[in-house]
Amino acid sequence: MANTQSMCTSFMGDLLVGAQQLGTVTLTSRGSLTAPTTDTVKAALYLASATLNASTTVYSSTGEVSGTNYVAGGVTVTNATAPTSTNSSTTAGVAYWTPSASIVYTNVTLTTAFDCVFLYNSTQGNKAISVHTFGSQTVTAGTFTLTMPSNTTSTALIRLATT
Amino acid sequence: MALVNTTKGEMDESLLEKREGSVDNDIELTNWTEYWLDGELVHRSVHVSLKTGPALFAEAASFD
Repeated sequence: MANTQSMCTSFMGDLLVGAQQLGTVTLTSRGSLTAPTTDTVKAALYLASATLNASTTVYSSTGEVSGTNYVAGGVTVTNATAPTSTNSSTTAGVAYWTPSASIVYTNVTLTTAFDCVFLYNSTQGNKAISVHTFGSQTVTAGTFTLTMPSNTTSTALIRLATT
Repeated sequence: MALVNTTKGEMDESLLEKREGSVDNDIELTNWTEYWLDGELVHRSVHVSLKTGPALFAEAASFD
């Protein structure tokens, strides 16, 4: 037998659910330390002219779309499937998560081109999660639907991986 | 009779000109539907199917 250097896949999964804490952080109570509730994730749309990227740390209305029936801050993401972590070898694995339903903005009019959805944690001070881009779009008295990728190790919306 | 929500309220689809399009690449499969009335865009809906998200790679450092 031999030891193999690697990041433990279960640790990455723990990061997605906030199960391990290697520093001090101020958290909004999740109700119970031993049986905490799940944080609320929200999805906001941003104009093609906005500058969201890896350095974005928190939700801001700057650059967010505006228009009929669109509420600033976006919509709540359906999150019925907990993050999963899977090993692919002794050195590699993936922890991953995908919203469990499409993100839908119903009967909106968004006439200025947008190309980005920003996921953030509205329970924990609107902290940033991820930025996802797509081809620039407008919507007129219609519905904008974002269907999620398959929740797998290679396609999930959020993936923390070791190789 | 199918009704379409438009900038002028619900309208019978038969009164409108329908235009559709799609984009398919590594990131997304997108379909859009437009309805036009006398040269004016009165409805546009978009369905974006994301194919994957960005992956974050993690690593444990070696003492070697």
